[in-house]
Amino acid sequence: MALLSRDEAQAILKKVLSFSKADECEAALNGRTRGNVRYARNAVSTAGGSDNVSLVVQSRFGKRSGVATCNQFDDETLRRCVQRAEEIARLAPEDPEYMPLLGPQQYLSPATFAPATAAISPDLRARMAADSIAHCEGRKLTAAGYLEDGTRFTAMRNSKGLEAFQQSTTVDFSVTVRTPDGAGSGYAVADYTDVAQLDAKALTKVAADKAAGSLGAKAIEPGKYTVILEPAALVSDEGMFNRLMYALDAREADEGRSFLSKKGGGNRLGEKLFDERVTIYSDPLNTQAPGDVFDGDGLPVKKMTWIEKGVVKNVYYSRFWADKNKRAPTAFPSGFIMEGGTQSVQDMIKSTKKGILVTRLWYIRDVDPQSLLLTGLTRDGTFYIENGKIKHPIKNMRFNESPIIMLNNVEAIGRPQRLGGNLIPPLKIRDFTFTSLSDAV
Amino acid sequence: MKRRDFLELSSLAAAGALLLPSFPSFGGSVVDPARLLEPVMDATVNKRLADAALNAAKSAGASYADVRIGRYLNQSLFTREKQVQNIVSTESFGAGVRVIANGTWGFAATNTVTEAGIAKAAQLAVQIAKANAKVQKEPVRLAPQKGYGEVSWKAPIQQNAFEVPIAQKVDVLLAANAKALENGASYVNSALFQVNEQKYFASTDGSYIDQDIHRIWPTFGVTVVDKQSGKFRSRQALSVPMGLGYEYLTPKAADKVMGPAGSDVVGYKNSYDMLEDAGRAAKQAKEKLTAKSVTPGKYDLVLDPHHLGLTIHESVGHPLELDRVLGYEANFAGTSFATLEWKKQGKPYGSKVVNIMADKLQPGSLGAVGYDDEGVKTKQWPLIKDGILVDYEKIRDQAHIVGQNESDGCCYAQSWQDVQFQRMPNVSLQPGKTKLSVDELVSGVDKGIYIAGNGSFSIDQQRYNFQFGGQVFYAIEKGKITGMLEDVAYQANTQEFWNSCAATCDESDYRFAGFFNDGKGQPSQSSAVSHGSSTTRFNGVNVINTARKVG
Repeated sequence: MALLSRDEAQAILKKVLSFSKADECEAALNGRTRGNVRYARNAVSTAGGSDNVSLVVQSRFGKRSGVATCNQFDDETLRRCVQRAEEIARLAPEDPEYMPLLGPQQYLSPATFAPATAAISPDLRARMAADSIAHCEGRKLTAAGYLEDGTRFTAMRNSKGLEAFQQSTTVDFSVTVRTPDGAGSGYAVADYTDVAQLDAKALTKVAADKAAGSLGAKAIEPGKYTVILEPAALVSDEGMFNRLMYALDAREADEGRSFLSKKGGGNRLGEKLFDERVTIYSDPLNTQAPGDVFDGDGLPVKKMTWIEKGVVKNVYYSRFWADKNKRAPTAFPSGFIMEGGTQSVQDMIKSTKKGILVTRLWYIRDVDPQSLLLTGLTRDGTFYIENGKIKHPIKNMRFNESPIIMLNNVEAIGRPQRLGGNLIPPLKIRDFTFTSLSDAV
Repeated sequence: MKRRDFLELSSLAAAGALLLPSFPSFGGSVVDPARLLEPVMDATVNKRLADAALNAAKSAGASYADVRIGRYLNQSLFTREKQVQNIVSTESFGAGVRVIANGTWGFAATNTVTEAGIAKAAQLAVQIAKANAKVQKEPVRLAPQKGYGEVSWKAPIQQNAFEVPIAQKVDVLLAANAKALENGASYVNSALFQVNEQKYFASTDGSYIDQDIHRIWPTFGVTVVDKQSGKFRSRQALSVPMGLGYEYLTPKAADKVMGPAGSDVVGYKNSYDMLEDAGRAAKQAKEKLTAKSVTPGKYDLVLDPHHLGLTIHESVGHPLELDRVLGYEANFAGTSFATLEWKKQGKPYGSKVVNIMADKLQPGSLGAVGYDDEGVKTKQWPLIKDGILVDYEKIRDQAHIVGQNESDGCCYAQSWQDVQFQRMPNVSLQPGKTKLSVDELVSGVDKGIYIAGNGSFSIDQQRYNFQFGGQVFYAIEKGKITGMLEDVAYQANTQEFWNSCAATCDESDYRFAGFFNDGKGQPSQSSAVSHGSSTTRFNGVNVINTARKVG
């Protein structure tokens, strides 16, 4: 039941809308199957899977709206679900930020679905985990890793004629390799649409090399250093790069509570805030990192430039805020692409006289929303570079830095690679601020 | 985390979102609020269902099995300024079966809660266990646990928050917003989160445990914008998520605790005055706009319990989780400096005044339950005695690793469909035994900073180096509070910090901090936990200035 075709999904949604007595009605079906395997201490610790399809119905009477959900799809259940949404809507307060439902839309159709990923079996997961563990056991190292794959579909339909559907797959793999004495640690991470591109063994080797190479780390004095930030140091759930992109919100800026707020009111759209080599856009059709083609409102996600040559070209306008400010609404994309060059991390090391290679940044939190100052620590592979070569591993350090300052201090931009559904290059940044040492490995 | 969740949380500054949060309120099916009061769980029916699961597991070859039938109810209300943004009520109902077969764990869950459905899940769990057994190196060893027979436990609440009409709850939030606006707030977001876990546990040890658990968290974030300078400052609520009912929102004078003279800080024990705090928050946020920017250097810190709870959570609660210590979280949350070898050395974790207890008992706390999610009766036990590490936080399959033969009763799953594993109990600093008020504590400080409320927080993956901000900061000079400071954060090392602990106030100042969304595991699970303490002094801590100029 978990994965429905476009026709199957739309047939259910059509039926749902036929039961509606509301002024407006919108229904969405979301389905997902997921599987995972987790290992630590060179042994599999847990493995599991889940699947679920759920229907969300939103009914509206004037500016009042109500939502109900169900996960069974017989006529009686669907009818009850619609009725419940209508009952809740009648009792709801009027929404002062009400926006009418969207009518028919045109959507892009990227290749977000890979049959090989949808067909991943528990055996394949176990084999990838076993390969990763075997590589580490052979080198007397300890692996802890996680592999998760998922296939999902989203279908939407409303009483104004909107009709949307998308299917997608992803596979995520990460591994941390440690030396038995706990004095060395390395990390590698990747995600793909098509599992055929995933080489868990090769990624494990990268992490294992970093672990073995980080034994005997030396302490250096915290301060401002040139750093090469690998993509995993820029993108994570709360990474420097994501945090900046999340902050490009028009309403917060217009309300005066964002780094994009202008003195005296308004926002800094159109101003040059970053180095002129910084260009960031989103494009659901990108073949390496294809993305979602509609957002939760059914608004089409199209190619959009957010920052061009250092200038803020677009910020996020919700439908309500766009309407209020007479602007086009912005669909928030599922991933971003930062333009880069052709240099690999190795090339960037070669051209560095003195600097630090950072594998990963961790536990990143806001310190000051006014400057977007963030803090966090290096983790799982931090190395000192001298005269174009990795000289020795160094102890981890805490940073306090703002992505705005970071993207003004650009020395070089490398070749982008996919991470977390984004395409992100390694960056060489000067004067990156480290404020204290950590004993953590 | 999706951007929409991120925005919803970040407008509240996500005070409770400790680590890659998964937000429980967004799980489950959306339901009519009236549904939250319908009785669904029936112990007689549940016993029959549970027996079906346990028998199916045993017939399929399990040497041990437990089943959790769970109904998880949530309601969240969101407002900003004068308007309601969202009201969501959710219900999630199903059963999870965990087994040991061929010495290996297996788990499966189902939302088909019938004898046939639950028996099928039990068989699947055994199948998974047998498959995983092929790559298993050491068989699972469970600490012995006697069956309790048919027992029950109910959180000691006075009023189920779901019984309070939504309109009444919306009124409280909008009244708090109005107080903030009256006192100069430019913007205010407020929210009320309410949780009820109805759980039935049964195991092949012969336990049938029926539990009813409640949690509540009212909160807000106030922002004041100075348009001329382009500066803005925020202050979050000093409320505490609690294991209480709606009575938490009826303020009682006895539950208010004054901060040191000159600070304008009020803390709250078992009830909360949301309107008073919202008004005060707006005034303080406004004052922050013009407060003196801190001069970096060493200061003696006086930390209020709302603030210190987060420091305890990150630098004591997490490093003493035995699964982290052993390396099971190496790829995600991290490991711990407090290894078994480190503990053997007997080095001081903190100074002699540092006494830290773990517990799952304290009434009103988020950790309090009668029995944990593997059927172990809860208890209290010491972690740090007179500054020395004496124990860890552990569950049934970990006790043997540290040579013990009983679990600490801190096993938890965020829902019926997630497998239970070791989670942090309440971890609390014991109040000082000699009488000491906050004013007396401050009077002994020559050059210091008083910090109230938890703010920005970050710590490394082995829990050595941390950096914490706060909500409000006051300079202490020659024993007196002399005015507000801004741009304050302190950086320290866990052992140096706790060894610099000079004194802690007595029991009259003791109260909880708490968090709804402590994250751990892959896939990540969320759990709720409280940390009690009294206002405490730490000497010579490194303070940095966090102000930066951008573009």
